[in-house]
Amino acid sequence: MTQKNRLQGGQIDRATSWKFHFDGKQYEGHPGDTLASALLANNVRLMGRSFKYHRPRGPLTAGSEEPNAIVQLRGGARQEPNTRATTAELFNGLMAKSQNRFPSLAFDAMAINDRFSNFLTAGFYYKTFMWPAAFWEKIYEPIIRKAAGLGALSMKEDPDVYDKGFRHCDLLIIGAGPSGLMAALTAGRAGSDVILADEDFRMGGRLNAETFGVDNMTGADWAAQTVAELRTMPNVRLMPRTTVIGAFDHGIYGAVERVSDHIHTPDAGKPRQILWRIYAGKTILAAGSTERPIAFENNDRPGIMLAASLRAYANRWAATPAQRIAVFTNNDDGHRTAADLQAKGVKIAAVVDTRADAPRSDNFEVLQGAQVVDTKGRLGLTFAEVKLADGTMRTLECGALGVSGGWNPNVHLTCHQRGRPAWNEDLAAFGPGADLPPGMSVAGAANGDMSTHGALSSGIKAARAALGLKGKAPKAPEAEDTPVTQTPFWYVEGCSRAWLDQQNDVTVKDVKLSHQEGFRSVEHLKRYTTLGMATDQGKTSNMGGLAIMAELAGKSIPEVGTTIFRPPYTPTAIGTLAGRMRGQEFHPTRLTPSHFWAKERGAVFVEVGNWLRAQWFPLPQETHWRESVDREVSQTRASVGVCDCTTLGKIDVQGVDAATFLNKIYCNGFAKLAVGKVRYGLMLREDGIAMDDGTAARLAEDHFVVTTTTANAGRVYQHMEFVRQCLMPDLDVQLISTTEAWAQYAVAGPNSRALLQKIVDPDTDMSNEGFPFMACANITVCGGLRARLFRISFSGELAYEIAVPARYGDALMRRLMSEGEEFNVVPYGTEALGVMRIEKGHAAGNELNGTTTANNLGMGRMVSKAKDSIGSKLSERPGLNETDALKLVGVRPVNDSDKITAGGHMMNANGEMNAATDQGYVTSAAYSPSLGCMVGLAFVKDGSERMGERMRLTSPVTDLTVDVEVVSAHFVDPEGGRQRA
Amino acid sequence: MIINHPLLGPRDSAEFVYLGDASLMERPDPETASAEDWHAYAYLRDNPAGPHRELWWHEGGDRSWLVVTRNTVTHEITKVEMARDVARKLGSKA
Repeated sequence: MTQKNRLQGGQIDRATSWKFHFDGKQYEGHPGDTLASALLANNVRLMGRSFKYHRPRGPLTAGSEEPNAIVQLRGGARQEPNTRATTAELFNGLMAKSQNRFPSLAFDAMAINDRFSNFLTAGFYYKTFMWPAAFWEKIYEPIIRKAAGLGALSMKEDPDVYDKGFRHCDLLIIGAGPSGLMAALTAGRAGSDVILADEDFRMGGRLNAETFGVDNMTGADWAAQTVAELRTMPNVRLMPRTTVIGAFDHGIYGAVERVSDHIHTPDAGKPRQILWRIYAGKTILAAGSTERPIAFENNDRPGIMLAASLRAYANRWAATPAQRIAVFTNNDDGHRTAADLQAKGVKIAAVVDTRADAPRSDNFEVLQGAQVVDTKGRLGLTFAEVKLADGTMRTLECGALGVSGGWNPNVHLTCHQRGRPAWNEDLAAFGPGADLPPGMSVAGAANGDMSTHGALSSGIKAARAALGLKGKAPKAPEAEDTPVTQTPFWYVEGCSRAWLDQQNDVTVKDVKLSHQEGFRSVEHLKRYTTLGMATDQGKTSNMGGLAIMAELAGKSIPEVGTTIFRPPYTPTAIGTLAGRMRGQEFHPTRLTPSHFWAKERGAVFVEVGNWLRAQWFPLPQETHWRESVDREVSQTRASVGVCDCTTLGKIDVQGVDAATFLNKIYCNGFAKLAVGKVRYGLMLREDGIAMDDGTAARLAEDHFVVTTTTANAGRVYQHMEFVRQCLMPDLDVQLISTTEAWAQYAVAGPNSRALLQKIVDPDTDMSNEGFPFMACANITVCGGLRARLFRISFSGELAYEIAVPARYGDALMRRLMSEGEEFNVVPYGTEALGVMRIEKGHAAGNELNGTTTANNLGMGRMVSKAKDSIGSKLSERPGLNETDALKLVGVRPVNDSDKITAGGHMMNANGEMNAATDQGYVTSAAYSPSLGCMVGLAFVKDGSERMGERMRLTSPVTDLTVDVEVVSAHFVDPEGGRQRA
Repeated sequence: MIINHPLLGPRDSAEFVYLGDASLMERPDPETASAEDWHAYAYLRDNPAGPHRELWWHEGGDRSWLVVTRNTVTHEITKVEMARDVARKLGSKA
């Protein structure tokens, strides 16, 4: 029979039937169901196996605090492990599977663990898998991971999109139960900007799960009517299916909206989930409370649930786990469960109440002063053993047992800024402490206002206080106002295999054992037993563990204290936190203006920071990158090549004091640089280490253009602004980054002048005298287009860099290529650029590696003594200037066919090779087409005095040792004749 | 966190880059400072549990350097100043 345990009433749409699968079997449910409610209605209580002992488990709760009913949803790439059946909304075609069982849920081979439970107690892993250490990674861990598992990942890429969003409000209300709805109504009617967020898909909280009324209607109808009114208010934003997961600094809250989890697949263009960052002026936490269980022997069988959850299934979802139930309670709330289920036709075996003076009922039997001491039923509850007040035993036949040990306020978010919960003696529970996150107040059951009327009133009060509303307060609707006092009853005397934390399989016995072994602080208890460390973070279990620990220590619970809570409130998918920042979108991709031209030419690109740069331009017949790179180098050195160097940082420095400013940030002098000239500059950090290098071109008395390396552009700019604003505030100088504003190309090779003459307008004298090495000027090209021309050379050839406004970059590149045809012009990429700069002995990122000084780089004399500059003082430290300091040199193999490896270490020609005899290391290496062998740049101790010395280069990582010769780093044209030609 | 920029109003701290202790603004006088002064400036920092004056750069905004007084325990921000104004008061010798 389908839906055998479906009751009357409820907030489900019976007119529509939906089919779904659990472990391959098909069932029917209705819109409004959760997976758990639909399974219960179909008489399925067993939904999972426990983490450690593989005990059969069914749902304990009806909400997000669920420890047991953890299932895998969907399949294929959308397979999602470890979801709670109690919050998973049913949809037509939902596929769910149980997890952590083999071969099936009803017969799980790993349940053998349960038989060995004596060995698997608290600290089992610490005690057992100690030795040998090598076994841990290869043997123990894989076995444990396999056995003590949760669900499985699909190992496929998630096909869904996750988004991030930002919202602002005067008042954020977390939770749409009676207090949250009332607070929203109060604030909304007052005209404030309100966001009301609730994790449930139906707002109303406990009002949807109870039978008592508000004003003259049912609680559920009042909630629906209130939500309808709020929906008409333009200043109120309702966010159902949205869990506020964290309270962060200064009124910033993180919230996850499950946009598409309740449908089969997300609608086109819609994300699956959105991570909202909500900026709230004030916040009301109206998160309600969580019922707490009582621990007794075998209290984890499917069918044993929290009493109010049983009631919620009956009232809201018209579902019951069984047709005959019992209740075990220490408070009046348990009796409501019996009454409500009886009203729906469920038989009540008895209400077992620990209190000797428990109220009697005309409708069902109440066993006063009695306790459930054990249960039976292999895959689901069949009998409960009850010890009566007079000590005699009685067996109750029942398929479900509702357990109520009272209620704990949900104070999690009050702790996210290290606030500590405070003990509330009346409730025998922790409530919000005094140090709440700034701007937060707490209302309703979360604040200990447990009655419906109390919650409604506190919602009004909290909203008025948060917003500073004046005038007469509106009256709270009429509702039950039963005073709530809770007398603690945590566990049944003498129980041992009584579960506290059902998700991590922590029992009363484990807590006792950890106490016996000396773990006396709550933090130690938690970590040793793993109590409260599962995905439910101990929402239903922490209090029980604390209470037992306090008793063993002979202290009160507030004396023992509690662990506090951290974000997220409920498990959050990594994909949600990542949002769109994954794969190619992990960071922005910056393209240069001639990127698409390079793509047309078949360039291979490389990521440099966020930039994509052409690495080389293969020709169709070329099969190896080296062929392309060698060709680009040779052709450039033979005639002319063009390289896109737009990505170099460009910083405009303007103002009367621009030269004074540059004198401070560069270690070498700039004050006397003539207008129309460029100079190489080296920047140091204040500790004397080289930071970056580049050029500064003086375009006018009060105008310089500074270039930086591609990788350091942002950092150098930050540093320059720091010096300007924080160290030299009175200078008349302004900075702006113009990296993206100019497309810039290096034109290098003996024919570079001839090529440029074809596009530079005739009024610029391009002769060697008219525009000599290190000249710069604002010019025009192609008949009036403004451009900047610099005669600088990274390759060592006669070379220029020409910059045009970015939007002309593509056109300029194409023009250089077509005008260059007669010179056999070649575009070259970053590899050829690197080869040529190594051949020329120019330092780059590998040499400016954050450990090297101007002295190491062979530029020690550049550090001006005539002026103070950043880093100049500390660069004089003796430790950085010892005679055997590393010096930049060139290395080449003795045998031309040997390989030079960057990262390899330099060793003396003879003797031991170890860290103590280390002589330095190779920073850059490349095959030099010009020399016909590999060449490298290296830092070698006292290297400048060791020219011609034979050494060994060793790289243990690649198992290579070769004989090398120390040479000048300037492999090509050491006199620099070419660049001055 | 939210930093109340003196010119731009409240801004999310994600727009800023953190540098560190605002004592970095008190660069020793190159004419008179001793080696110890330079060592202290470059390497020594206080690490208070409580109010801390620190430098933040509005990289995703107007590129101002700010001196933010932030309680390192609570993250409460009690003062935000333009670093340039602070530097002027210090009478920097840089």
